Amino acid sequence: MKVSYYPGCTLKSNAKNFEDSTLCALRELGVDVQELRRWNCCGTVYSLATDDLMRHLASIRNLIRVKEAGADSVMTLCAMCYNTLKRVNEKVKADPDSLQKIHKFMDEEKVAYRGDVKVRHLLELLREDIKFEAIGKKVKKPLHNLKVASYYGCLLVRPKEIGLDDMENPTVLDDLMAVLGAEPVDFPYKTECCGAYQTVDKPETVADRTYSILTSARSRGAEVVSVSCPLCAFNLDHRQKETAKKHSDFKKVPIVYFTQLLAIAMGCGEEALRLDLHYVDPKPLLRQKGLI
Amino acid sequence: MRTNISRKKIRDDFVKKIEELSGQKLLACYQCGKCSAGCPAVGEMDILPNQVIRYAQLGFKEELLESKAIWVCASCYTCNVRCPKGIKIAEVMEAVRQVLLRKRRDHVEVSKLSAEDKASVPAIALISNFRKFTS
Repeated sequence: MKVSYYPGCTLKSNAKNFEDSTLCALRELGVDVQELRRWNCCGTVYSLATDDLMRHLASIRNLIRVKEAGADSVMTLCAMCYNTLKRVNEKVKADPDSLQKIHKFMDEEKVAYRGDVKVRHLLELLREDIKFEAIGKKVKKPLHNLKVASYYGCLLVRPKEIGLDDMENPTVLDDLMAVLGAEPVDFPYKTECCGAYQTVDKPETVADRTYSILTSARSRGAEVVSVSCPLCAFNLDHRQKETAKKHSDFKKVPIVYFTQLLAIAMGCGEEALRLDLHYVDPKPLLRQKGLI
Repeated sequence: MRTNISRKKIRDDFVKKIEELSGQKLLACYQCGKCSAGCPAVGEMDILPNQVIRYAQLGFKEELLESKAIWVCASCYTCNVRCPKGIKIAEVMEAVRQVLLRKRRDHVEVSKLSAEDKASVPAIALISNFRKFTS
Protein backbone atom coordinates (compact mmCIF):
# COMPACT_ATOMS: atom_id res chain seq x y z
CA MET A 1 0.00 0.00 0.00
CA LYS A 2 1.41 3.36 -1.08
CA VAL A 3 0.44 6.53 0.82
CA SER A 4 1.20 10.21 0.16
CA TYR A 5 2.21 11.91 3.35
CA TYR A 6 2.01 15.56 4.43
CA PRO A 7 4.09 16.12 7.59
CA GLY A 8 3.64 19.81 8.51
CA CYS A 9 6.06 22.02 10.41
CA THR A 10 6.19 20.59 13.91
CA LEU A 11 6.53 16.95 12.84
CA LYS A 12 10.03 17.83 11.67
CA SER A 13 11.09 19.42 14.95
CA ASN A 14 9.38 19.23 18.36
CA ALA A 15 7.19 16.33 17.26
CA LYS A 16 9.88 14.21 15.60
CA ASN A 17 8.80 11.49 18.04
CA PHE A 18 5.36 11.57 16.38
CA GLU A 19 6.82 11.25 12.89
CA ASP A 20 9.55 8.67 13.56
CA SER A 21 7.24 6.38 15.52
CA THR A 22 4.58 6.59 12.80
CA LEU A 23 7.01 5.83 9.99
CA CYS A 24 8.40 2.81 11.82
CA ALA A 25 4.96 1.46 12.71
CA LEU A 26 3.69 1.90 9.15
CA ARG A 27 6.77 0.14 7.77
CA GLU A 28 5.97 -2.81 10.03
CA LEU A 29 2.40 -2.72 8.74
CA GLY A 30 3.61 -2.85 5.14
CA VAL A 31 2.75 0.71 4.14
CA ASP A 32 5.02 2.55 1.72
CA VAL A 33 4.95 6.18 2.93
CA GLN A 34 5.92 8.82 0.38
CA GLU A 35 6.50 12.29 1.73
CA LEU A 36 5.23 15.06 -0.55
CA ARG A 37 7.84 17.16 -2.30
CA ARG A 38 7.87 20.93 -1.69
CA TRP A 39 5.13 20.89 0.92
CA ASN A 40 4.50 24.14 2.81
CA CYS A 41 2.70 25.21 5.97
CA CYS A 42 -1.00 24.26 5.93
CA GLY A 43 -1.94 27.53 7.62
CA THR A 44 -2.33 25.80 11.03
CA VAL A 45 -5.81 27.22 11.65
CA TYR A 46 -8.77 27.27 9.28
CA SER A 47 -9.72 30.85 8.55
CA LEU A 48 -13.24 31.52 9.85
CA ALA A 49 -13.95 34.90 8.24
CA THR A 50 -16.13 34.51 5.15
CA ASP A 51 -14.08 36.90 2.99
CA ASP A 52 -10.64 35.69 4.04
CA LEU A 53 -9.85 33.50 1.05
CA MET A 54 -6.17 34.40 0.97
CA ARG A 55 -5.47 32.27 4.00
CA HIS A 56 -6.78 29.17 2.25
CA LEU A 57 -4.02 29.34 -0.38
CA ALA A 58 -1.43 27.56 1.73
CA SER A 59 -3.66 24.51 2.05
CA ILE A 60 -4.61 24.47 -1.63
CA ARG A 61 -0.96 24.60 -2.64
CA ASN A 62 -0.33 21.44 -0.64
CA LEU A 63 -3.27 19.72 -2.29
CA ILE A 64 -1.78 20.69 -5.66
CA ARG A 65 1.48 19.02 -4.58
CA VAL A 66 -0.55 15.84 -3.97
CA LYS A 67 -1.92 16.00 -7.51
CA GLU A 68 1.58 16.60 -8.87
CA ALA A 69 2.74 13.46 -7.07
CA GLY A 70 0.08 11.56 -9.02
CA ALA A 71 -1.90 10.71 -5.88
CA ASP A 72 -5.58 11.18 -5.11
CA SER A 73 -5.35 11.23 -1.33
CA VAL A 74 -2.99 12.53 1.32
CA MET A 75 -2.36 11.39 4.87
CA THR A 76 -1.67 13.73 7.78
CA LEU A 77 -0.67 12.97 11.37
CA CYS A 78 -1.12 16.36 13.02
CA ALA A 79 -4.71 17.07 14.05
CA MET A 80 -4.35 20.75 13.14
CA CYS A 81 -3.04 20.02 9.64
CA TYR A 82 -5.80 17.44 9.19
CA ASN A 83 -8.47 19.92 10.23
CA THR A 84 -7.16 22.83 8.17
CA LEU A 85 -6.42 20.90 4.96
CA LYS A 86 -9.71 19.03 5.11
CA ARG A 87 -11.85 22.07 5.85
CA VAL A 88 -10.26 24.11 3.09
CA ASN A 89 -10.78 21.20 0.72
CA GLU A 90 -14.45 20.87 1.71
CA LYS A 91 -14.93 24.61 1.37
CA VAL A 92 -13.63 24.84 -2.19
CA LYS A 93 -15.54 21.72 -3.20
CA ALA A 94 -18.79 23.33 -2.03
CA ASP A 95 -17.94 26.80 -3.28
CA PRO A 96 -16.55 26.89 -6.87
CA ASP A 97 -16.62 30.71 -6.93
CA SER A 98 -14.16 30.90 -4.07
CA LEU A 99 -11.96 28.29 -5.72
CA GLN A 100 -11.87 30.35 -8.88
CA LYS A 101 -10.85 33.46 -6.92
CA ILE A 102 -8.16 31.49 -5.11
CA HIS A 103 -6.81 30.27 -8.46
CA LYS A 104 -6.30 33.84 -9.57
CA PHE A 105 -3.71 34.24 -6.83
CA MET A 106 -1.89 31.08 -7.86
CA ASP A 107 -1.43 31.56 -11.59
CA GLU A 108 2.11 30.19 -11.39
CA GLU A 109 0.80 26.77 -10.36
CA LYS A 110 0.72 24.28 -13.22
CA VAL A 111 -2.16 22.23 -11.86
CA ALA A 112 -5.61 23.80 -11.47
CA TYR A 113 -7.01 22.30 -8.30
CA ARG A 114 -10.57 20.97 -8.43
CA GLY A 115 -11.16 19.70 -4.93
CA ASP A 116 -10.44 16.13 -5.95
CA VAL A 117 -7.87 15.11 -3.32
CA LYS A 118 -9.04 13.20 -0.27
CA VAL A 119 -7.53 14.42 3.01
CA ARG A 120 -7.17 11.63 5.53
CA HIS A 121 -5.80 11.24 9.00
CA LEU A 122 -3.53 8.34 9.87
CA LEU A 123 -6.26 7.02 12.18
CA GLU A 124 -8.59 6.66 9.19
CA LEU A 125 -5.93 4.74 7.28
CA LEU A 126 -5.42 2.42 10.25
CA ARG A 127 -9.15 1.94 10.88
CA GLU A 128 -10.47 1.70 7.32
CA ASP A 129 -7.65 0.44 5.08
CA ILE A 130 -5.41 -1.65 7.29
CA LYS A 131 -8.18 -2.35 9.83
CA PHE A 132 -7.72 -2.68 13.57
CA GLU A 133 -8.27 -6.43 13.53
CA ALA A 134 -5.33 -6.90 11.17
CA ILE A 135 -3.21 -4.57 13.32
CA GLY A 136 -4.08 -6.68 16.36
CA LYS A 137 -2.75 -9.77 14.58
CA LYS A 138 0.58 -8.05 13.91
CA VAL A 139 1.24 -7.04 17.51
CA LYS A 140 4.69 -8.25 18.55
CA LYS A 141 4.81 -6.63 21.97
CA PRO A 142 1.34 -6.28 23.53
CA LEU A 143 0.85 -3.27 25.80
CA HIS A 144 -0.38 -5.47 28.65
CA ASN A 145 -1.35 -3.79 31.93
CA LEU A 146 -0.82 -0.32 30.52
CA LYS A 147 -3.70 1.99 31.42
CA VAL A 148 -3.97 4.55 28.61
CA ALA A 149 -6.31 7.53 28.55
CA SER A 150 -6.73 8.79 24.99
CA TYR A 151 -7.07 12.54 24.61
CA TYR A 152 -8.79 13.55 21.35
CA GLY A 153 -8.84 17.31 21.79
CA CYS A 154 -10.82 19.45 19.36
CA LEU A 155 -9.69 19.24 15.79
CA LEU A 156 -9.93 15.52 15.06
CA VAL A 157 -13.61 15.50 15.94
CA ARG A 158 -14.99 19.01 15.38
CA PRO A 159 -16.72 20.35 13.38
CA LYS A 160 -18.96 17.41 12.57
CA GLU A 161 -18.54 17.64 8.77
CA ILE A 162 -14.87 16.77 8.96
CA GLY A 163 -14.61 14.91 12.26
CA LEU A 164 -13.32 11.35 12.03
CA ASP A 165 -15.40 10.02 14.91
CA ASP A 166 -18.35 10.88 17.16
CA MET A 167 -17.84 14.50 18.21
CA GLU A 168 -19.06 14.07 21.79
CA ASN A 169 -17.86 10.57 22.54
CA PRO A 170 -15.08 9.47 20.19
CA THR A 171 -13.61 6.01 20.74
CA VAL A 172 -11.27 5.40 17.79
CA LEU A 173 -8.07 5.86 19.80
CA ASP A 174 -9.42 3.72 22.63
CA ASP A 175 -10.36 0.99 20.13
CA LEU A 176 -6.84 1.08 18.75
CA MET A 177 -5.30 0.89 22.22
CA ALA A 178 -7.49 -2.12 22.99
CA VAL A 179 -6.24 -4.09 19.94
CA LEU A 180 -2.67 -3.27 20.97
CA GLY A 181 -3.35 -4.98 24.30
CA ALA A 182 -3.55 -1.85 26.47
CA GLU A 183 -6.34 -1.02 28.89
CA PRO A 184 -8.22 2.03 27.55
CA VAL A 185 -9.28 4.51 30.23
CA ASP A 186 -12.31 6.65 29.44
CA PHE A 187 -12.44 10.12 30.99
CA PRO A 188 -14.82 13.08 30.68
CA TYR A 189 -12.21 15.60 29.54
CA LYS A 190 -11.13 13.68 26.43
CA THR A 191 -12.49 16.27 23.97
CA GLU A 192 -12.03 19.36 26.15
CA CYS A 193 -9.82 22.07 24.61
CA CYS A 194 -6.27 22.31 26.02
CA GLY A 195 -6.09 26.03 25.23
CA ALA A 196 -4.20 25.47 21.96
CA TYR A 197 -2.22 28.53 20.77
CA GLN A 198 -3.12 30.47 23.93
CA THR A 199 0.04 28.77 25.18
CA VAL A 200 2.06 31.61 23.63
CA ASP A 201 0.42 34.60 25.34
CA LYS A 202 -1.55 32.98 28.19
CA PRO A 203 0.49 29.98 29.41
CA GLU A 204 -1.24 30.16 32.80
CA THR A 205 -4.61 29.44 31.11
CA VAL A 206 -3.10 26.38 29.47
CA ALA A 207 -1.65 25.31 32.82
CA ASP A 208 -5.17 25.37 34.32
CA ARG A 209 -6.60 23.33 31.44
CA THR A 210 -3.74 20.86 31.67
CA TYR A 211 -4.47 20.53 35.37
CA SER A 212 -8.18 19.74 34.77
CA ILE A 213 -7.58 17.37 31.87
CA LEU A 214 -4.76 15.37 33.42
CA THR A 215 -6.22 15.27 36.93
CA SER A 216 -9.41 13.86 35.42
CA ALA A 217 -7.50 11.19 33.46
CA ARG A 218 -5.46 10.25 36.50
CA SER A 219 -8.55 10.01 38.72
CA ARG A 220 -9.91 7.39 36.32
CA GLY A 221 -6.73 5.35 36.71
CA ALA A 222 -4.68 6.44 33.68
CA GLU A 223 -0.93 5.88 33.87
CA VAL A 224 -0.23 7.61 30.59
CA VAL A 225 -2.19 9.94 28.30
CA SER A 226 -1.93 9.48 24.54
CA VAL A 227 -2.46 12.34 22.09
CA SER A 228 -2.60 12.95 18.34
CA CYS A 229 -1.76 16.65 18.03
CA PRO A 230 1.66 18.27 18.49
CA LEU A 231 0.12 21.37 20.09
CA CYS A 232 -1.93 19.32 22.56
CA ALA A 233 1.23 17.31 23.25
CA PHE A 234 3.21 20.44 24.01
CA ASN A 235 0.50 21.88 26.24
CA LEU A 236 -0.25 18.70 28.14
CA ASP A 237 3.39 17.64 28.48
CA HIS A 238 5.67 20.70 28.63
CA ARG A 239 3.15 22.94 30.37
CA GLN A 240 3.09 20.47 33.29
CA LYS A 241 6.02 22.53 34.56
CA GLU A 242 3.76 25.60 34.98
CA THR A 243 0.85 23.39 36.10
CA ALA A 244 2.87 21.95 38.99
CA LYS A 245 3.90 25.46 40.06
CA LYS A 246 0.30 26.69 40.04
CA HIS A 247 -1.42 23.65 41.54
CA SER A 248 0.32 22.13 44.55
CA ASP A 249 -1.70 18.89 44.43
CA PHE A 250 -0.87 18.22 40.78
CA LYS A 251 0.83 14.93 39.96
CA LYS A 252 2.73 14.64 36.70
CA VAL A 253 1.60 12.19 34.02
CA PRO A 254 3.64 11.12 30.98
CA ILE A 255 2.17 12.18 27.62
CA VAL A 256 2.89 10.13 24.50
CA TYR A 257 1.70 10.13 20.91
CA PHE A 258 -0.59 7.21 20.16
CA THR A 259 1.87 6.28 17.42
CA GLN A 260 4.66 5.77 19.94
CA LEU A 261 2.52 3.12 21.64
CA LEU A 262 1.64 1.68 18.23
CA ALA A 263 5.34 1.55 17.33
CA ILE A 264 6.21 -0.26 20.57
CA ALA A 265 3.47 -2.83 19.90
CA MET A 266 4.70 -3.30 16.32
CA GLY A 267 8.16 -4.13 17.65
CA CYS A 268 9.98 -0.90 16.72
CA GLY A 269 13.17 -0.14 18.60
CA GLU A 270 13.60 2.67 21.08
CA GLU A 271 15.38 4.83 18.49
CA ALA A 272 12.04 5.22 16.65
CA LEU A 273 10.33 6.56 19.77
CA ARG A 274 12.51 9.63 20.40
CA LEU A 275 11.66 9.57 24.10
CA ASP A 276 14.24 12.33 24.64
CA LEU A 277 11.75 14.91 23.33
CA HIS A 278 9.37 14.64 26.29
CA TYR A 279 9.18 16.89 29.33
CA VAL A 280 7.72 14.25 31.64
CA ASP A 281 9.88 11.22 31.00
CA PRO A 282 7.76 8.22 29.94
CA LYS A 283 10.74 5.83 30.19
CA PRO A 284 10.33 4.78 33.86
CA LEU A 285 6.71 3.73 33.22
CA LEU A 286 7.49 1.98 29.92
CA ARG A 287 10.43 0.14 31.56
CA GLN A 288 8.32 -0.89 34.50
CA LYS A 289 5.79 -2.39 32.07
CA GLY A 290 8.57 -4.16 30.15
CA LEU A 291 7.87 -2.20 26.99
CA ILE A 292 11.35 -0.73 26.42
CA MET B 1 -26.90 48.14 35.76
CA ARG B 2 -28.67 50.38 33.29
CA THR B 3 -28.55 49.26 29.68
CA ASN B 4 -29.74 51.33 26.79
CA ILE B 5 -31.02 49.51 23.77
CA SER B 6 -31.70 51.62 20.72
CA ARG B 7 -32.84 51.17 17.17
CA LYS B 8 -29.82 53.16 16.09
CA LYS B 9 -27.41 50.69 17.67
CA ILE B 10 -29.24 47.66 16.32
CA ARG B 11 -29.14 49.10 12.79
CA ASP B 12 -25.50 50.10 13.05
CA ASP B 13 -23.11 48.97 10.34
CA PHE B 14 -21.23 47.04 13.00
CA VAL B 15 -24.04 44.46 13.25
CA LYS B 16 -24.07 44.05 9.47
CA LYS B 17 -20.29 43.71 9.43
CA ILE B 18 -20.35 40.95 12.07
CA GLU B 19 -23.08 39.09 10.17
CA GLU B 20 -21.14 39.42 6.94
CA LEU B 21 -17.75 38.37 8.30
CA SER B 22 -19.14 35.46 10.31
CA GLY B 23 -21.73 34.37 7.75
CA GLN B 24 -24.21 33.96 10.60
CA LYS B 25 -27.74 35.23 11.17
CA LEU B 26 -27.46 36.67 14.64
CA LEU B 27 -31.20 36.89 15.25
CA ALA B 28 -31.50 33.12 14.99
CA CYS B 29 -30.15 32.94 18.54
CA TYR B 30 -32.86 32.58 21.20
CA GLN B 31 -30.45 32.73 24.15
CA CYS B 32 -30.73 29.14 25.42
CA GLY B 33 -27.23 29.41 26.86
CA LYS B 34 -26.01 26.01 25.69
CA CYS B 35 -22.86 27.56 24.17
CA SER B 36 -21.85 29.08 27.49
CA ALA B 37 -22.75 25.93 29.41
CA GLY B 38 -20.30 23.82 27.44
CA CYS B 39 -17.50 26.34 26.83
CA PRO B 40 -14.25 25.24 28.50
CA ALA B 41 -13.04 28.85 28.61
CA VAL B 42 -15.96 30.58 30.38
CA GLY B 43 -14.01 30.73 33.63
CA GLU B 44 -11.72 33.31 32.07
CA MET B 45 -14.31 35.25 30.09
CA ASP B 46 -15.77 38.61 31.13
CA ILE B 47 -18.85 38.13 28.94
CA LEU B 48 -20.09 34.65 28.10
CA PRO B 49 -20.50 33.28 24.56
CA ASN B 50 -24.31 33.68 24.61
CA GLN B 51 -23.82 37.27 25.78
CA VAL B 52 -21.40 37.88 22.92
CA ILE B 53 -24.19 36.89 20.54
CA ARG B 54 -26.74 39.04 22.41
CA TYR B 55 -24.44 42.07 22.34
CA ALA B 56 -23.83 41.49 18.64
CA GLN B 57 -27.59 41.31 17.95
CA LEU B 58 -28.12 44.61 19.76
CA GLY B 59 -25.11 46.40 18.33
CA PHE B 60 -23.16 46.77 21.57
CA LYS B 61 -20.01 47.52 19.65
CA GLU B 62 -17.75 48.97 22.36
CA GLU B 63 -18.63 46.23 24.84
CA LEU B 64 -17.65 43.58 22.32
CA LEU B 65 -14.52 45.26 20.99
CA GLU B 66 -13.22 45.82 24.51
CA SER B 67 -14.14 42.37 25.81
CA LYS B 68 -11.58 39.86 27.00
CA ALA B 69 -13.79 36.97 25.93
CA ILE B 70 -13.01 37.25 22.22
CA TRP B 71 -9.31 36.66 22.93
CA VAL B 72 -9.92 33.84 25.40
CA CYS B 73 -11.89 31.82 22.83
CA ALA B 74 -9.55 29.33 21.15
CA SER B 75 -12.00 28.22 18.42
CA CYS B 76 -12.45 24.73 19.87
CA TYR B 77 -15.93 24.58 18.26
CA THR B 78 -17.67 22.98 21.25
CA CYS B 79 -20.31 25.75 21.14
CA ASN B 80 -20.73 25.45 17.35
CA VAL B 81 -21.47 21.74 17.41
CA ARG B 82 -23.95 22.04 20.29
CA CYS B 83 -25.98 25.06 19.21
CA PRO B 84 -29.59 23.91 18.61
CA LYS B 85 -30.02 26.69 16.05
CA GLY B 86 -26.84 25.85 14.16
CA ILE B 87 -25.24 29.21 14.85
CA LYS B 88 -21.48 29.20 14.58
CA ILE B 89 -20.51 31.14 17.68
CA ALA B 90 -16.78 30.67 17.04
CA GLU B 91 -17.22 32.44 13.70
CA VAL B 92 -18.92 35.37 15.44
CA MET B 93 -15.99 35.59 17.89
CA GLU B 94 -13.64 35.58 14.89
CA ALA B 95 -15.64 38.34 13.20
CA VAL B 96 -15.30 40.60 16.26
CA ARG B 97 -11.56 39.88 16.44
CA GLN B 98 -11.25 40.63 12.72
CA VAL B 99 -12.92 44.03 13.10
CA LEU B 100 -10.06 44.97 15.46
CA LEU B 101 -7.25 43.17 13.65
CA ARG B 102 -8.16 44.79 10.35
CA LYS B 103 -7.49 48.13 12.02
CA ARG B 104 -4.09 46.79 13.06
CA ARG B 105 -5.11 46.48 16.68
CA ASP B 106 -3.05 43.35 17.29
CA HIS B 107 -3.70 41.33 20.41
CA VAL B 108 -0.22 39.83 20.50
CA GLU B 109 2.75 42.04 19.72
CA VAL B 110 5.29 39.84 18.07
CA SER B 111 8.09 42.34 18.56
CA LYS B 112 7.56 42.24 22.33
CA LEU B 113 8.03 38.48 22.59
CA SER B 114 11.54 37.61 23.68
CA ALA B 115 13.70 35.23 21.67
CA GLU B 116 13.47 32.89 24.64
CA ASP B 117 9.64 33.01 24.62
CA LYS B 118 9.60 32.21 20.93
CA ALA B 119 12.13 29.40 21.25
CA SER B 120 10.24 27.80 24.14
CA VAL B 121 7.15 26.90 22.12
CA PRO B 122 6.83 24.82 18.92
CA ALA B 123 6.28 26.37 15.47
CA ILE B 124 2.67 25.16 15.42
CA ALA B 125 1.89 27.30 18.50
CA LEU B 126 3.55 30.44 17.17
CA ILE B 127 2.04 30.27 13.70
CA SER B 128 -1.49 29.58 14.91
CA ASN B 129 -1.23 32.26 17.60
CA PHE B 130 -0.01 34.91 15.15
CA ARG B 131 -2.67 33.91 12.62
CA LYS B 132 -5.41 34.38 15.19
CA PHE B 133 -4.09 37.33 17.15
CA THR B 134 -2.21 39.56 14.72
CA SER B 135 -3.21 41.39 11.56
